[in-house]
Amino acid sequence: MAAREFLFSGFGGQGILFAGKFLAYKGLIDDKQVSWLPSYGPEMRGGTASCSVIVSDEPVGSPIVSNPDILVAMNLPSLDRYEKAVKKGGIIFADSTLIERKVERDDVDVYYIPATKLASDNNMATLANMIIVGKILKILDDFNEDSVRTALGKVIPAKHADMLEVNIKAMQIGADCK
Amino acid sequence: MADKVLMKGNEAIAEAAIIAGCRHYFGYPITPQTEVAAYMAKKMPKIGGVFLQAESEIAAINMVYGVSSTGKRVMTSSSSPGISLKGEGLSYLAGSDLPALVVNVQRGGPGLGGIQPSQSDYFQSTRGGGHGDYRMIVLAPASVQEMAELTVKGFELADKYRMTAMVLADGTMGQMMEPVSLDIEVAPQPEKPWATTGTKLEREHNIVNSLSLVPDELEMLNFKRYERYKVIEENETMYEEYMVDDADIVIAAFGIAARVSKNAVNEARVMGIKAGLIRPITLWPFPVAPFEKAVEHAKQFISVELSMGQMIEDVKLATKCRVPVTLCNRAGGMIPSPDQVLTAIKEAANEGGNK
Repeated sequence: MAAREFLFSGFGGQGILFAGKFLAYKGLIDDKQVSWLPSYGPEMRGGTASCSVIVSDEPVGSPIVSNPDILVAMNLPSLDRYEKAVKKGGIIFADSTLIERKVERDDVDVYYIPATKLASDNNMATLANMIIVGKILKILDDFNEDSVRTALGKVIPAKHADMLEVNIKAMQIGADCK
Repeated sequence: MADKVLMKGNEAIAEAAIIAGCRHYFGYPITPQTEVAAYMAKKMPKIGGVFLQAESEIAAINMVYGVSSTGKRVMTSSSSPGISLKGEGLSYLAGSDLPALVVNVQRGGPGLGGIQPSQSDYFQSTRGGGHGDYRMIVLAPASVQEMAELTVKGFELADKYRMTAMVLADGTMGQMMEPVSLDIEVAPQPEKPWATTGTKLEREHNIVNSLSLVPDELEMLNFKRYERYKVIEENETMYEEYMVDDADIVIAAFGIAARVSKNAVNEARVMGIKAGLIRPITLWPFPVAPFEKAVEHAKQFISVELSMGQMIEDVKLATKCRVPVTLCNRAGGMIPSPDQVLTAIKEAANEGGNK
């Protein structure tokens, strides 16, 4: 693997930045070079949120991801905005609960995951993000439970340490979904 | 990798300052550097330090002046408009020969401008910012690791030369997270016999002041200060060279622009274009030597900046305009893409008539 460039995008509050931070930490634990760059703006809540994550064997040059290998779109505006930017042969993960349309391109792989619905069905409403992350790791054949656990331990604040198992469960649900 | 943690650039600056022995932080919130203050607010009370959110940037820089007079390591941080407000204080620090660390996480200007990353305070930082003849040591990190290391280095240089060191970052460097090792060596703090710490009736009064009403005495102070600056120019320049040895096209870029440019240099090399990069780490003193060396073989220099072209003047001075120096830039909070830089490299290669 030379470099994998991820772009996570959705509404503020969907855990976009958290999901990106988790993957960055997992990369660090797996001995990769990583960077994580959030979009930042004047809005605090309800606005758009996105972050660039790069996981690479080589030192990371520019941390800005304009043309991702992997796009995670957790709402329609994100898919509308970034669909065309994905590299040819790249992968799009879309939350199909919130995005009704299909991806128009035929030169990328697409996985539709009803993540928001799966999350509420399983009583883990805030973890749609990690359901998608579980699917990503499954598709990339990178679901190593040891490093997943270690990375979660790093990104989940100490006062929420009891959330670790439910995060793993969410990722498992994502990994298992068709 | 166990010793590395993921941190935002702003947090790395704050933690490195604490490692360097700074126990006094004064600031006022402004995007995109607020995490520096937030980190200090959380940490300083736990380690017996002082975090104080001042009523304004002007108050904060004058609190820095006060603490520095007592010989303690002290810092403030802000972003572009806030640094302008600190301008008077920066001049007074220089006029009083006081060490301080000032961090500028730049955003687009002029005026209140925006909050996205910029490098358009290059002139302000390297040419003064406040009034009078003076310099600041200006350090330009290009990674979160360097945000930490150059903060420590900044405190050391500031103490060594009794002047302000500025860490000149931008919104991207402040907001991004990268693995960082905080195992940073810190030299012992030097004695500061000039500090105003109380005479205990055992010595003469130390006076910290920037007022000097007798012209020939004030001239002498300026002369002496510039002798010190000369020593710094000779001994403290820092830079990185990347594939410069045989380069026809040499990029000059610092901070985030250098990282974008490195991608473009790599792509140009794949295409058979001999491109290279000189990354100044100290913006003042500007690293003239690598440019003097590169101009012997380079056919063109390209200054890549998040501004309307500021460092380009120093590149022209360093190369004495012996070959063309062009600008590749975005401004106002926009960042050049690697493609934009690559296009500039390709155009330069074509114009040079080689390849």
